[in-house]
Amino acid sequence: MIDPIFLLEAAVNGVLLGGVLALLALGLNLIFGVIDIVWIAYVDLVMVCMYLVYFLVMVYGWPLWLAGVLSIALGALLGLGVHLLIITPILGSAPVNQLLATGGLLFFLQSFATFLWTTDHRTVRLALPILEVGGMFVSFARLIAFAISLVAMLGLWIFLRRTYIGTAIRAVSQDREAMALMGADPQRVYFVTSAVGGAMAGLAGALLIIQYSVHPFFGAAFGPLTFMICVLGGLGNMVGAFIASFIMSEIISISGVVISTEMGYVIAFLVFIVMMFARPGGILARRG
Amino acid sequence: MSMLELRNVTAGYGQFTALWGVDLRVDAGEAVAVVGPNGAGKTTLMRVISGLVPLRSGELVFEGRSLAGRKAHEIVTRGIAHVPEGRRIFPLLTVADNLKMGAFQPRARKAFTESLERVHALFPALAERQRQRAGSLSGGEQQMLAIGRALMSRPTLILLDEPSMGLAPVMVLRLFDLIRRVRKEGYTILVVEQNVRQVLKLVDRAYLLEVGRIRMEGRAAELAEQDFVRKAYVGM
Repeated sequence: MIDPIFLLEAAVNGVLLGGVLALLALGLNLIFGVIDIVWIAYVDLVMVCMYLVYFLVMVYGWPLWLAGVLSIALGALLGLGVHLLIITPILGSAPVNQLLATGGLLFFLQSFATFLWTTDHRTVRLALPILEVGGMFVSFARLIAFAISLVAMLGLWIFLRRTYIGTAIRAVSQDREAMALMGADPQRVYFVTSAVGGAMAGLAGALLIIQYSVHPFFGAAFGPLTFMICVLGGLGNMVGAFIASFIMSEIISISGVVISTEMGYVIAFLVFIVMMFARPGGILARRG
Repeated sequence: MSMLELRNVTAGYGQFTALWGVDLRVDAGEAVAVVGPNGAGKTTLMRVISGLVPLRSGELVFEGRSLAGRKAHEIVTRGIAHVPEGRRIFPLLTVADNLKMGAFQPRARKAFTESLERVHALFPALAERQRQRAGSLSGGEQQMLAIGRALMSRPTLILLDEPSMGLAPVMVLRLFDLIRRVRKEGYTILVVEQNVRQVLKLVDRAYLLEVGRIRMEGRAAELAEQDFVRKAYVGM
């Protein structure tokens, strides 16, 4: 029998992991909801941002927070670049072409990273303590990452609810043509969305590099998980993605302790498949 | 001088031509209807004017300036508001946010408070339901919201595409009354309607559009008296 304290620790770690996963899922979901295109290479953009933070902090000795700010800027820039160079030319074409194009970007980024930075795993070493609370061990780095994720998501929520352009982004996701009739240039709304989605990838990169090591195939580890969360929550549904992030992270974290880390992922995927049969529209979808 | 003028306008989608050399004008302060059977090109006509469908040939002039080649989001800043077929409100946004989006362009945003007061005075139901999701409104209320949202852009010309579509008969009459009140506020109106009998009571002039061509035009009262118009569309 497992000591309940380990289970509790796993649950706490699950919540902490869920925060960063939610950040990834919301960024991807925002772009999908508005532009109607899944950026297959989303987590590979995160990977590039992780390398940036790694080099700035470990090689050039920048303070982490400043590297993080730059990572957000790089993410936004990459988001704009992806939209301008890859998405814009194929906006009107068949969905499969859009998958192929962003999928192609994924392989490009992986190979590019391998070529430039080799397949070495690189880690940002931080002198951050491990906290002990009532017999549980919680990494301070994870705690910080979780808190910043929550603040960022709250910021996104306020942006989408309270600002003109944020409300326009939600409106475009519901009826793109009607929003053009309101005087909003859809292309401009797409730019802002891509930049915000990219900035979230940049922030996620800065938060992930203090917990995980980066390597060219980082996207392969977190990418499928992020898509699963988006689909589980209902593609384009922000609240659904937020909840699904914590469901997935808890499954992975708790079954990781009870059985093994690998089995944690297996069980998470099994739950996902079952849920797809039970609720194909996502956990928050109305039963049809 | 006319406010809106279409000369020999041809337009369509891909291989399909929906409008063949249409001539039409709307003077400032007028209410004009375009009537005709399903598939006559009425909706395409509205979409050409608001920039959703590009002009293939001909001229489109509004207040002395050409609209040819202008995109929808540019045309609304010139003072044309299009209330599209099927209302097309943003169902997941609140009523208040829908109206806010109507005033998206900078010129309209500056006058937001004043426009909102005007819209609330015209449609008190919208003021009561500000916090409600637009998708939860009744059909009639959704149509009011669609019109209110268009007024928020501070237009001079309003395009109404099938405003009575899908509404209960009682609601249709109320809606036409509301459109009359909107008109009294000084807006110029171009309306497309299936409900020919009602709309001819509302407007000054009307055009009959059939298979993409203007078949007839004239004073609304005269058009209503035409034999085949009566038989075909008024149902008397």
